[in-house]
Order: sequence, then structure tokens, then C-alpha cells
Amino acid sequence: MSKEQKELLRCEHLVKEFPVDRKRSVHAVSDINLEIYEGECLALVGESGCGKSTLGRTLIQLHKPTSGKVFYKGTDISDMKPAEFAPYRRQMQMIFQDPYASLDPRMNVHDIIAEPLRTYKICESKEALTKRVLELMDAVGVPRDFLYRYPHQFSGGQRQRIGIARAIALRPSLVICDEPVSALDVSVQSQVLNLLKDIQANYGLTYLFISHDLSVVRFISNRVCVMFLGKICEIGDSEQIYKKPLHPYTKFLMNAIPIADPHLRGEEKQLLQGELPSPINPPQGCRFHTRCPYATDRCQAEEPALREVDGRKVACHLV
Amino acid sequence: MDEMLLEINHLKSYFFTRKGVSPAVDDVSIRVPKGKIVGIVGESGCGKSMTAKSIMDLLKYPGRVVDGEILLEGRDLAKLSAREKRKVRGEDVSMIFQEPMTSLNPVVKVGKQVREAILIHQKISKEEAKKRVLEVFQQVGISEPEKRYECYPHELSGGLRQRVMIAMAMVCRPKLMIADEPTTALDVTIEAQILKLIKQLCDTTGMSCLLISHNLGVIAQMCDYVYVMYAGKIVEQGDVFTLFDHPTHPYTKGLLASIIHLDQLTDRLSTIPGVVPNLMHLPAGCAFCGRCSEAKEVCKTKKPELYDLGGGHAVRCFLTGEGKVSNE
Repeated sequence: MSKEQKELLRCEHLVKEFPVDRKRSVHAVSDINLEIYEGECLALVGESGCGKSTLGRTLIQLHKPTSGKVFYKGTDISDMKPAEFAPYRRQMQMIFQDPYASLDPRMNVHDIIAEPLRTYKICESKEALTKRVLELMDAVGVPRDFLYRYPHQFSGGQRQRIGIARAIALRPSLVICDEPVSALDVSVQSQVLNLLKDIQANYGLTYLFISHDLSVVRFISNRVCVMFLGKICEIGDSEQIYKKPLHPYTKFLMNAIPIADPHLRGEEKQLLQGELPSPINPPQGCRFHTRCPYATDRCQAEEPALREVDGRKVACHLV
Repeated sequence: MDEMLLEINHLKSYFFTRKGVSPAVDDVSIRVPKGKIVGIVGESGCGKSMTAKSIMDLLKYPGRVVDGEILLEGRDLAKLSAREKRKVRGEDVSMIFQEPMTSLNPVVKVGKQVREAILIHQKISKEEAKKRVLEVFQQVGISEPEKRYECYPHELSGGLRQRVMIAMAMVCRPKLMIADEPTTALDVTIEAQILKLIKQLCDTTGMSCLLISHNLGVIAQMCDYVYVMYAGKIVEQGDVFTLFDHPTHPYTKGLLASIIHLDQLTDRLSTIPGVVPNLMHLPAGCAFCGRCSEAKEVCKTKKPELYDLGGGHAVRCFLTGEGKVSNE
């Protein structure tokens, strides 16, 4: 990718908290600064509960941020009225994780894919609408004969294709893919991943790809952002991070992937102990220090800032 | 030759639905040697969970075992009375399930749930049973066992719940543990912890494990022998090194090829076209022929047998082994 990257979406000091009761709240996203560049695929990875889905949704205003700002091509979209926001909503679409829950069981394929087109009154006649829907079905590889079928008549992989067609119907610039393949079988998973890559190239899309599966991320992304408990640990070029992870948490994540080669076992892998601390009461200092074997006194007291190391950004005192 | 703990011979479990008979498990033979971890791998709907449930006799209506024998140390489990079966379950064979939230009772403290397993099978006092539970909690790596004993399932994280499930499965010191996708619902870091624990338990207690997974990485890291299932049948079996180094069935090859390697960047992933066929409308020939790139005429009309390739490696395919057909 060229050095001159055009920024598509940027967030500054983005915070999202969900109240639990009067006093406490879940700190899902804490003070995050992030840029998404045009045409790239930025992956958000981390364990469940680290705030990656919340960040994705807050970025496109499906959640109102508690504080902080989001800019789309330089325009602040975080505090807009719904009518003002509508043209921006068109530019940001989403593909959901569960292909069974994300399609209305009482709508047929035609209506599902046509819904966004109708909302924004894109097509002038019914014929034009159907033509557009059929084109989209071709693009995602759902046979045209299935136009009037209902979701329950499809397999998981095909439903996900329908979800993708719906997401690209408005020709958005940004698509948030929230775990789009984790509910699919291995052989179907690779079909859908190939499709996502083709569609990105053909439609010139930018992806924010949320996943817990590091091998999937490796295939699809240009840049990776590793999150832990609402904070960014490490963000940078995929190639670099996979070759040489710097943040201890990234290293542990990479280490934990079961490798499909029986010859590579036996060597004692260093595993992360314990579990994710509570996001209601996150640890002081570095949020990872309770699980980090290298933690020092400084890590307990002082929160590490995200700073530039080796062409990427890392939040750790020790690198 | 290893001593066999479990021998499943020609097991058939069918589902009798209104729309027709669905052969979820069709003529499956599996051997689990003592102290080894044996894996069953396949995509959803291939019959791997149904095989496990057949062993435990947990199939729900309209499914039932129609043929075959399940020998645990030479004793046919299918022929036991309901009472004897209950004794085998939990004491000789135990099972852990994929979803640790739904397999625990939400309104009973976890310690009590694990204790129940001992009290059913052994004549000991509640206090002794509790002591034993605490020991097992320690063994499966639950920190502060006393405190956790009094917890309800919702108070525990997914990883801890799965450890409780393992504790429950371990507490009567079974000879065989069936683990049905034990880590699918967990994060990678927790998955690695749980897998390590299962392996340790097998090594230290001499227990055998039948591990069911769709994840080839998990299988490669854990198992000694592997069975690959497709559409209710075993399509390839062998020891883990043979299978990963020399996969022979086109389906196994396809599965292995679709793995994403972290150290090499690929532009496109290799895929297996199509989807798993409906078990009620299987093709006349090989069940995989519709998706197979190497399919020949014979594959469409005749069903292949499981052909032995020597050294425990066997393949259900016309393209290899003694069943090899000349190019027509």
C-alpha cells in the first residue's frame, strides 16, 4: 500500500461505557484513537469481552459514544441528528456474525436485499429494483433461481452470502464485518473469505474486520489492531505483527493458536494464565499486568501510552 | 499392539423422521486404545457428535442405534440394562460437552453438582465426597477451590465452567472421557489451557480420551489416532502423523488445504466447492463425489469400502489402495 493513505474514518478518545447500576459501569471501550484508511482491511482482534464489537458498532454510531469523537472523511459524525446522519449511514454497512439471526425469517431473499435500496429510494421502478437485486446475487454467488426463497431454505454459508449482498447493496465505502465466518464450517469458511476479498477488490471497499480468529485475520487484513479490555495493545502492519509481535499479549495470542501440524507439538508452549479481568473494575496501570508474567511495579502504577516502535504502535512499558 | 479400551464395530445410528430415515452414523468402527487420545474430525452434520452420543446411549427420539456393537473392555454396552448403563455412564465413561453454560444446572452450586456425580456412584459420606471434589478442583486447575465450590455457574467465566465440567467428568476416575468440541466456545488462550489440561490428565491418570473437533489444529496438537468423518461415514483413519503428512482421501486433502498458515501469505484460500449433502438424499455412489475434483465414473454409481493402506491407515476412496480403479 502506498504511503499516501487517505483517511476514511478516525476516532479520537472514543469511550463507551454501559451502566450496570447507579455507580458502576462496564468499560467496554476506553479512550481509543484509531484511523481507518481508504481501501484497507483493518482487523480488530482480541478475546471475547475485550470490546472489539462495541468499538466497531460505536464507530458507525450503532452505539452512541459516551465521550470522544468520530470523524468520517473529516466530518464529525458522533453528534448528529438522525436526518443529518442518514447520508453517512449509507456509507457504513455491517455484516453480522450469526447468519441465522441476522436475516428476517419472514422475508424472502429479494426483500432482504432490496430493503436498503427501498429505504434510500435508489431504484425508480420495480423492474429496476429486481434487476439490481439479481446483480447483487450474482456478485455474491447465490443462484438467481433462489430469488423468492426464504432464509430457512439456505445453508449457513449461503445465508452469509445474502447478508453480504445486503451490506454492499448501497455501495458503501466502509463495511464492518463482525465475526462474519466464525459460525461457518472450515470448508465453507474459506469460500466466504475468498468472496469477501473479491468483493473488496471489485467494489473498492474498506473493511473493519472483527475476529477472534488470528488465522482468518492473517488472510484478510492489511493492518491488525490487538485489543485487550477496551484498550489497544498493539496496532500496525499485519506482516510485521505476525512476524514479530512485540506486546506480550500479542505474543501469547499467537502462541495459543493450535497449529495443524502434529510435528510441531511437544515443545512446551508458554501459555497465558488466568482469565480476562472484569471490565467493570479494570486493573489500574496497564490493564494487562495481572496476567502478564513480565509485569513490573511500573506496570501496576502507570498506564502505558501507545507509542511508535519499529513502524507500529505498542502500549507497553517494556518494549 | 496397544490394548483396546473401546471398540466400536459397525455402529449404525439412524434418525427416523417423518420425511424419511437419516443415517447419521452409518457403519462406523472406531478403536480407542488405553491411555491414548483418539480424535474424530469433520464438519457439522457429519455424525461425529451422534457417534459420541451413541456410545453413551444419549440419542434422543427419533434417533436410535440400529446395529453394531460398542465394546468397553469387551463388554457390549448396547446389551446392558438401563440400570447397568447408568453405572457405566459417569463411572467408566464420562462426557464433556461443547457449551459449558447449558450443561450445568444454573440453580445448583457447582460444587454440589460435581459432588452429586460421586454420591451416585460411590457409597461414601457427603463430607468425604466434598473432600474428593476439592481435590479434583485442584487437579483441574481451579484456583481457590473452597470458594468456587460455593459458586453458581453464572458466577464463573466460560473457562472455569469448562474446568468444572471436566472436574465432574473426572471425579469418578473414568476409563474413557468423551470430549465433544470441548473448546469451541472458548477463546484461544483459554482453549490452549483446557487442551493442555486434558492432555495432562490423560498422561497422569492413564485415562483414554475420544476427542471430537472440527478444528484440525486441535486434532493435530492432541491426538494419537484420527478418524475423519463425512456424511455419517469414516472416510479416512490413521495415526496423526500419517494423516497429516500423507492425507489420501480427497476430503481430508481438501480440509488440510483450506487451513490458513500463519507463516505464509496466500492470495486465495483453497476451498472445497459445494456443501455437505443432505443425509436423507445421499448420492448413489460415494457421498463426496459431488464435491470431489478427482471423481471418476465409478464414484457416481458405486459406494467405496474402507480400504486398508497398511499401518492402520485406511481410506474410503476408489482412487487409492486396494480399491483403486484403473483410469477409465
